[in-house]
Amino acid sequence: MNKFTVLDGLVVPLDRANVDTDAIIPKQFLKSIKRAGFGPNLFDEWRYLDHGEPGKSNHDRPLNPDFVLNQPRYKGASVLLARENFGCGSSREHAPWALEDYGFRAIIAPSFADIFYNNCFKNGILPIVLDAAVVDQLFKACEAIEAYVLTVDLDKQTVTTPSGEVIQFDVDGGRKHRLLNGLDDIGLTLLQGDKINAYEARRKQEAPWLFGGPQQ
Amino acid sequence: MSGLTLFQKLWDAHVVHVEDDGTTLLYIDRHLVHEVTSPQAFEGLKLANRTPRRVDAAVAVPDHNVPTTDRSHGITDPVSRLQVETLDANCAEYGITEFKMGDIRQGIVHVIGPEAGLTLPGMTVVCGDSHTSTHGAFGALAFGIGTSEVEHVLATQCLWQKPSKTMLVNVEGALGRGITAKDIALAIIGEIGTAGGTGYALEFGGSAIRALTMEGRMTLCNMAIEAGARAGMVATDATTIEYVKGRPYAPKGPAWEQAVAWWGTLHSDADAVFDRVVELDAATIEPQVTWGTSPEMVTTINGRVPNPADAPSDIKKQDWTRALEYMGLQGNTPIAEISVDKVFIGSCTNSRIEDIREAASVARGRKVAANVKLAMVVPGSGLVKQQAEDEGLDKIFIEAGFEWREPGCSMCLAMNADRLEPGERCASTSNRNFEGRQGQGGRTHLVSPAMAAAAACAGHFVDVRKL
Repeated sequence: MNKFTVLDGLVVPLDRANVDTDAIIPKQFLKSIKRAGFGPNLFDEWRYLDHGEPGKSNHDRPLNPDFVLNQPRYKGASVLLARENFGCGSSREHAPWALEDYGFRAIIAPSFADIFYNNCFKNGILPIVLDAAVVDQLFKACEAIEAYVLTVDLDKQTVTTPSGEVIQFDVDGGRKHRLLNGLDDIGLTLLQGDKINAYEARRKQEAPWLFGGPQQ
Repeated sequence: MSGLTLFQKLWDAHVVHVEDDGTTLLYIDRHLVHEVTSPQAFEGLKLANRTPRRVDAAVAVPDHNVPTTDRSHGITDPVSRLQVETLDANCAEYGITEFKMGDIRQGIVHVIGPEAGLTLPGMTVVCGDSHTSTHGAFGALAFGIGTSEVEHVLATQCLWQKPSKTMLVNVEGALGRGITAKDIALAIIGEIGTAGGTGYALEFGGSAIRALTMEGRMTLCNMAIEAGARAGMVATDATTIEYVKGRPYAPKGPAWEQAVAWWGTLHSDADAVFDRVVELDAATIEPQVTWGTSPEMVTTINGRVPNPADAPSDIKKQDWTRALEYMGLQGNTPIAEISVDKVFIGSCTNSRIEDIREAASVARGRKVAANVKLAMVVPGSGLVKQQAEDEGLDKIFIEAGFEWREPGCSMCLAMNADRLEPGERCASTSNRNFEGRQGQGGRTHLVSPAMAAAAACAGHFVDVRKL
């Protein structure tokens, strides 16, 4: 997993509440058995005017000029500014994979859906929850100012605006540590192997039916 | 000291290790696997030279990509076929039990788990699918995970978690005639919103919930995620134990007695304290129909599509306007005047035997309306299909003009060939009315199985109680 330390990122505003994972990456692309390559189909139904399918080249597809990601001023954005309940819906990790593959490293919103929020941390993306009024100010600023760049510092837990305003955010300590260092969760868990063994030994006594296949 | 909630009891029983900041390594008893969210997890295991810790805890099934029409020639879409073949190969390589296409036990992962007794009270159950909340109906802690966590569970049989806040949704009283668990679920989401449950584990309680069958409780817990809650749950009681008894993976003999003794404790204590309590009066719940592109955009069959001018805030006004534009609806339109092009009865929300029976009782002796291009019934599993056929329900549907299909996720998310065309309007018993969910440009209205069957026969939404 990629580390996340400090990001100076161009911000793109996606002014919709309840953006769901079906919108982030439509279902036909979930047929892939790979982890990479979802970026060109991020927000596919909003981004293109035709219907996308896996295996279809995206280069000559007609773009929807009204969709914010297609506006030249937001090309190269790595910070997505969003509204409440971003990432609601399915557990598909293809959603953060698509966002990451497109180039997003941080998402700022007043709230996130739980599973999506958790999935972001597994993929080097930092989801940042800020007060709705603050998010609203950021929407106004990045729509008004061209090349609006925010500096996100995970270690300090700050977002800094071009005018120098510093906004603090909260993040769980364990997740912060793993993201700052790009650590593999499984490797850390396996360090607890003795405790997992002990738990299993105890449960086999207490609840033997939880082990083995069909019960006789 | 106050008593414990059901969530706390389930949590405490599965703690392996706690970090200083409260982050907990939680043991996972059951891991359900399907073809869409697992291939990258198995690939990750291989790349790291790891193997599954407990293959006996995992059971796999293909459901999202499978055709619901004739399967004798396999899956024709090569991309879908490869995904299912990849699941077959991974399960064969590691020795994971798989209910393959063609096995009568194959079906939607959240239907086959309870059906086989793979889901039991007191378990932690996970699956790379958000509707895993379904299994909480048994008094289990069940939640959806992403693919990285699928890999983590395969490798370690554990997950890192922080305790959720707890919310009790208390539904007291008796449901009116023709009102189902689906209507309760949509009414709750209408009340608390699609983000109302974010950060919470929901427990459904009260006399109306205790009166529900297991099928109804599964429908309700299934929709917890649509209220934003990863987990929904109902206390274990005699109804639960009766349902579980005798199923293939359920304990037998002395282990059964031992299990039942523990399961009897799987309820919130009378003096347990929840972080939030929501009260609903069952008697006031009417048949629900969604009108927009989020499950919280819901009203009753006797209601009207709202007018964006009446929205409580500018953001809501913008949301409603966009939703109505997508749905091709005008504000103030009576719900009962909205006609439908297709009807879908199925999904992990509403494809169990009771759902099929409810729909059949409406379809019996009626005909699908001329303006309805397709009305389909997709049973949740091969066993549900077989039982329905044993009861003659398939004939009722076929005589009425419905199509009777093979089991799978089907048009709930349209990963297979079952989908809406742009602009088509569907009465659907599924769980999400998001833009494009049932096919690009498709317009979904969520309803109960009885209401879907009624819409199929009337050609428009209609109050099932007045038929």
